[in-house]
Amino acid sequence: MLAFKLALKNLIGAGLRTWLNVFVLSLALVMIVFQSGIIHGWDLQAKIDMTEWEVGGGEYWHNLYDPYDPLSLNDGHGSLPSELKKLYNDGQAVPVLVTQASVYPEGRMRNILLKGIDPSQNIVKLPASLMKGDSLVINALIGNRMANATRLNKNDMVTVRWRDANGTFDATEIRIAGIFHTNVASIDNNQIWIPLDKLQKMTGLDGNATYIILKQGITSAPTVPGWIYKGHDILFSELDTIIKSKSIGGLVLYIILLSLALLAVFDTQVLSIFRREKEIGTYIALGMTRWQVVRLFTIEGAMHSILSVVAGAIWGMPLLYLVAKYGFAMPKATEGYGLTIAEKIFPVYSLGTIITMTIIILVTTTIVSYIPSRKIAGMKPTEALRGKVQ
Amino acid sequence: MNNAEIISVKNLTKKFPMGLGEFTALNGINLTFFKGEFAGVVGPSGSGKTTLLNIIGLLDNPSDGDATVLGNSSKDLSVRQAALIRRKHMGFIFQTYNLLPVYTVFENAEFPLLLLKMSTGERKKAVLDALEWVGLSDKVRSKPAQLSGGECQRVAIARAMVKRPEIVLADEPTANLDADNSHHILQTMEKLNKELKTTFIFATHDDKVISHLKRKITLIDGKVSRDENIKQ
Repeated sequence: MLAFKLALKNLIGAGLRTWLNVFVLSLALVMIVFQSGIIHGWDLQAKIDMTEWEVGGGEYWHNLYDPYDPLSLNDGHGSLPSELKKLYNDGQAVPVLVTQASVYPEGRMRNILLKGIDPSQNIVKLPASLMKGDSLVINALIGNRMANATRLNKNDMVTVRWRDANGTFDATEIRIAGIFHTNVASIDNNQIWIPLDKLQKMTGLDGNATYIILKQGITSAPTVPGWIYKGHDILFSELDTIIKSKSIGGLVLYIILLSLALLAVFDTQVLSIFRREKEIGTYIALGMTRWQVVRLFTIEGAMHSILSVVAGAIWGMPLLYLVAKYGFAMPKATEGYGLTIAEKIFPVYSLGTIITMTIIILVTTTIVSYIPSRKIAGMKPTEALRGKVQ
Repeated sequence: MNNAEIISVKNLTKKFPMGLGEFTALNGINLTFFKGEFAGVVGPSGSGKTTLLNIIGLLDNPSDGDATVLGNSSKDLSVRQAALIRRKHMGFIFQTYNLLPVYTVFENAEFPLLLLKMSTGERKKAVLDALEWVGLSDKVRSKPAQLSGGECQRVAIARAMVKRPEIVLADEPTANLDADNSHHILQTMEKLNKELKTTFIFATHDDKVISHLKRKITLIDGKVSRDENIKQ
C-alpha cells in the first residue's frame, strides 16, 4: 500500500511527463476499443441487414445450386417439394428462381443474374411489391449499385436476353419499376429482380425455384430430399471470415498502437532511473531495501496504465458514446467492395474487450516498467547517492 | 563490548578498483564511537571521510577488517538486514540535502516513519515535533524547490531525527550553506544531541563544523592521524 501511495505521489509529481505517457496510453486504449467496436458493430449490423434483406431465417438450396459456379447455375433448380410449397403457401417462405442473363443498357452488354421473386412476399425487405402492375410489361427491380453501374433510372426500359430450359435464347424489354437501396451488396450488384411467375414462364421452369428463403423465427428445418438447408452459420460464414480477417488486421493495429505507448513508458522508466539515481540512493539510505525500490519504480510505471484507464474514461467515453449514437460514416468507396457494410456503422463496444484491453495494458505496462527497474537492484547505493542529476 | 559503545571499527580497509590497479581509501582504521558522541571525521578531500561514513552507515562493505554497528558485524549482515538497521536506527544528512523533490516538507520528514509503518496519529505528532525542533513548523506544505538551502538542510535534519535514531551520519552538512545557516544548523544538531542523546558523526572539512565538534578524528590518506577530544 505504501508503494502505491509513494508511486502515485511520484507519478503526479513528475507532471507533464506522466500526463503525456498517460495520454498516449489512453489514446491507444480508446482507439483499440473504438476499432474493435467498429468491427463488432459492422458485424452486428451486417448480420441484421443480411437477415432482413437476403437470408431471412435461413434458406433451402436446390442440391445443384452453387452460387459460385456459373456452369451449373442453370441446372440448380427444381420443383418446389410439398413441404416447402406448404411453407410458401402459409407465408412462411418465399421461393427465388435464378438464371443467367444479359442486359444491354445504353447498347452495352452486361452479364447479370436474373432473379424471380413473388411480388407479394414479405419475408425479406426487398420492395418486391414495386414489381406489381401491368401484366403486359415486366416490371423489374434493381439496387442502387446496379443502377449506378448501368446508369439505369426508374421507368427506363432495357433489353434482357436469357436462355430458357431448352437452351434457346430469347429476349424482351423490361421496365425498371423501382430502385432500392440496401447495404447488402450481394442482392444488388449485377442483379435484376423480376416477378417469379414471369421468370418461370420466360425460362419454361413453371413451379421451379433455385432457393427458398424462410421467414425469420422459423426454428425447425425439416429434411427435404433434393434440397439442402442452410442456416445462419453457413450463410454468414463468408461475412464471419471477412470479420475475422478484419479483426486480425485490427490486432496488428492494436499491437502497433500499444507498442508505441509502451515504448513511451519504457523510455520514461529508463530516463527516470537515470535521472533519479540520487533519489534511489536516498531511498536506500533511508532504509528501503533495493527490491522495495524496484517495486516502487515498477508500480510507478504500471500506474501509468491505471491513470490511462481513468483518463481514457474521462475523454474517451463521451467520444465513444457520441460515435455510438450518431454512427461512423463509411467512405462511399466501400459500396463497391461487394461486402455488406452500412453507410454508417454504429460501433458496439463490448465490456469484455474493455476489460481485456485494460488487463493487457496493465500487464504489459508493468512488464516494461519492471525491465529497466531491475537495474536498481544492481546499483551500489554509494554510487547512486553521488548521482549527477536529481 | 562496553554498553555505551555503538560503533566499533577494526582494521578497516577499503580499496576501490582504479584502472588496472587499486586505490586504497581506508587503510587499517581502528575507531570506537560511544552513545551520545558529537564527533567528526575531518581531513582533506580524498582522505576517506565519506567512505568511512558509508561503511559505518552500512551502505558499503569493507574490503578488509570489520565494522560493528549496534552490535551487528558488517561481515554478517545481508543487504536487507543492513537496510533494516538503517531504517530503524540511523539517520542520514547529506551535503546536497537529498530531499525528495515531489514531496512537501511534511512528507519528506514523514518518509522514514512510513517505512517503519507507524500509525497516522503517531506519525503526524513525530513529524510536527521534528519540524518544530528545526524551526520549520510554518513550512509544512512547502516543496523543497520553494525553500532556501538552509531550510532544505533543516528539513533533512528533521527527516534524520524524526524517528529518534541512535546514530546520525552527516556528510558535509554545511558545505552548501552560508555562515549564518551553518551556525544555526549546527546549533540545532547540538541541541538534539544534548536532548535526545543521539550520536552524531560528521564527515567534514568545514571549520565551522569542526569548531562545534566534541571529538575530532583526522584522516589523512586513509589513516587516522589524530583522534582528539576537543570539548568536554
